[in-house]
Amino acid sequence: MANKSVWSDNRFWQRSAAWVTGFAAILLIWLTFDTSGQISMGSDADLKNGVTKRVPGPTVINYKITYEMDTKRGHEVPVIGAKEKFFGRDDYSEKEAGDLLHLGKLGSQAKNCMDCHTLLGNGAYYAPDLTKAWLDPAWESTGSMQAMTGKNTKEEAMAEFLQFPSKYPTHARMMPNLGITAAEAKGLVAFLKHMSSIDTNGFPRNFGKIQGALNGK
Amino acid sequence: MASNHLKWESKQLATWYFTFAAIIFGAQLLFGLIAAIQYVMPGFLFEIVDFSIARILHINALVVWMVFAMIGSVYWLLPDETGIETVGIKIGKLLFWVFAAAIVVVVLVYLLVQVGPADETTIWFITEGREYIEAPRWADIGIVVVVLGFIGNLYATGMKGKPTGIVTVLMADMLAFAGIYLAGMFFTDNISVDQFWWWWVIHLWVEATWEVFVGAIAAYGLITMIGAHRKVVEMWLWIEVAMLFGSGILGMGHHYFWIGTPEYWWEIGALFSALEPLPLVAMFIHVLYDWGKQQGAAHQRGEEGSVITNKPAFTWFILQAFGNFLGAGVWGFFHTLPQVNLYTHGTQFTSAHGHLAFFGAYATILIGMMYVAIQGSNGIKVLKHTKSSIAAAWMIAGGVMGMTVALTIAGYVDVIVTRAQMGATWAGYFDGHSGMWMLQGMDWRLIMGVVTFLGFLFLIKDFLSTGKNAVHIR
Repeated sequence: MANKSVWSDNRFWQRSAAWVTGFAAILLIWLTFDTSGQISMGSDADLKNGVTKRVPGPTVINYKITYEMDTKRGHEVPVIGAKEKFFGRDDYSEKEAGDLLHLGKLGSQAKNCMDCHTLLGNGAYYAPDLTKAWLDPAWESTGSMQAMTGKNTKEEAMAEFLQFPSKYPTHARMMPNLGITAAEAKGLVAFLKHMSSIDTNGFPRNFGKIQGALNGK
Repeated sequence: MASNHLKWESKQLATWYFTFAAIIFGAQLLFGLIAAIQYVMPGFLFEIVDFSIARILHINALVVWMVFAMIGSVYWLLPDETGIETVGIKIGKLLFWVFAAAIVVVVLVYLLVQVGPADETTIWFITEGREYIEAPRWADIGIVVVVLGFIGNLYATGMKGKPTGIVTVLMADMLAFAGIYLAGMFFTDNISVDQFWWWWVIHLWVEATWEVFVGAIAAYGLITMIGAHRKVVEMWLWIEVAMLFGSGILGMGHHYFWIGTPEYWWEIGALFSALEPLPLVAMFIHVLYDWGKQQGAAHQRGEEGSVITNKPAFTWFILQAFGNFLGAGVWGFFHTLPQVNLYTHGTQFTSAHGHLAFFGAYATILIGMMYVAIQGSNGIKVLKHTKSSIAAAWMIAGGVMGMTVALTIAGYVDVIVTRAQMGATWAGYFDGHSGMWMLQGMDWRLIMGVVTFLGFLFLIKDFLSTGKNAVHIR
């Protein structure tokens, strides 16, 4: 079979498949090491020294977070600003803030948030995306939710809503009561505030910038 | 389930897996209908079976019935490929009952307990709350043990018997399929790290190992149903493996655009995921070309009639060739580039893609394998279509296609209004979801979902009755 072409040889294609798969897998593993370093959580010292981390430490809840256009990168990025009170305090220690975040992240899974909402854009599409929910104008002092829940701060309004969601309907499609306790609600709000500080490469685009009328309403 | 036409115990075990898979498939459609009704009538079963619960059951049932049907497919083809009885079949049968019982417990807990307090006990015993792999940790460990048992049987049989190309591919693929699941079994406070590894499970299943699996099943089907030449089919299979893993493994980058991961994933994800449709085109050509080639050769030999020995199964294999290319390939490519995905990520558009891709790539071919098992169990030489099998194929395929089109139109509203126009806020979301095209899209999705479910009833009727039908050649 001297004149048989390699292109019709099963062994050739078997080896090609093994080489291509191996090469792609090694590249993925190498990139995984690089990415893992870049998305590891920052520390309190990073925040105090102004070191920018893609995923800041839990004590980011002590600071004001905004979402602003970065002209160099061509999209919006979270900006961590001056100190801001969160449930009346801006001095949460690394341990306290970490515990709150831990409780909130566990809560987000224990209540199946992701099976109605999207988090970082992943999940179900039955309810609003929560990636930057902390920065949503609806929860600001000018928005409707503080007045509706009778609370004076964003975090208290959010915690109230999470505990008694069907008391405050915003649409025919309502959030059900999931048995969220006051402590769990506080943790969940910390989790949402932390998530809003993650550098998501400009997703979602123009978040909270457009408050104009739709169809001339 | 027992059949005196099956001389291999491995094939008997396969029929158990297929039977359980068909039941869970029905559960998937029922909970899908509940979720679809809730989009149209939000008060339906509110605070009884909420959307989140209906959806968990919808997508977990999807994964479970497919995994059961995949394991069933392997147990079915092993004796044909290796020429021997599956090694460790007694353990295989025991593991089936363990697996099935565990699934029933998980489902009952989802349905009756639903949520738990924000602590580790919920993660261990109720739900992990991570889309597709919500199964609590105890079940994760159980699934790993069961699947390792299955892989042990596969390896022992493949090494003792004749390791054909198809079996070799399945051995490598199933090991990767099981190994990847381990990446989804830990808890972290860092949501970016969480989602990074979560995609290892989801993406490397559905866009890599599962695709290679259906490539191997399609190869087996072509050999057994139309008499395609093994050497040709297995050469195609190796080319498909190279193309699928070559594009699919790094195509994972398209899930790393917006979850906190670095910008270089834009380029890597865009490039490799744009290549992902190519193997699906190759698989499409493979199936249709081989069919034409075998039919043409038979015609030249002066043989009248079709070369296909199992009409309903082959119909579903052809639907797979179209569905995989359209659902995974075309609908996937629509929104895979980061410039587009910035606006389409996490909208009804994703849902449209998800429905047609899971159905087109996997549901179709696994239904086809169930028909292969029905043929074998009843000792039928040529299994023909019945009125029910034709009605089922039209209604299920048409229903899912209809849902996909409806969700695509809803997706455009979501992308343009919720995202581009309103900037994705809470108010923006409900502006998008109050739009007329969104509301009508959801109405049509429900209607098409009902059509799909009626098609499923025809399918079950056919599964239960076609074996005794006199139209087949025995």
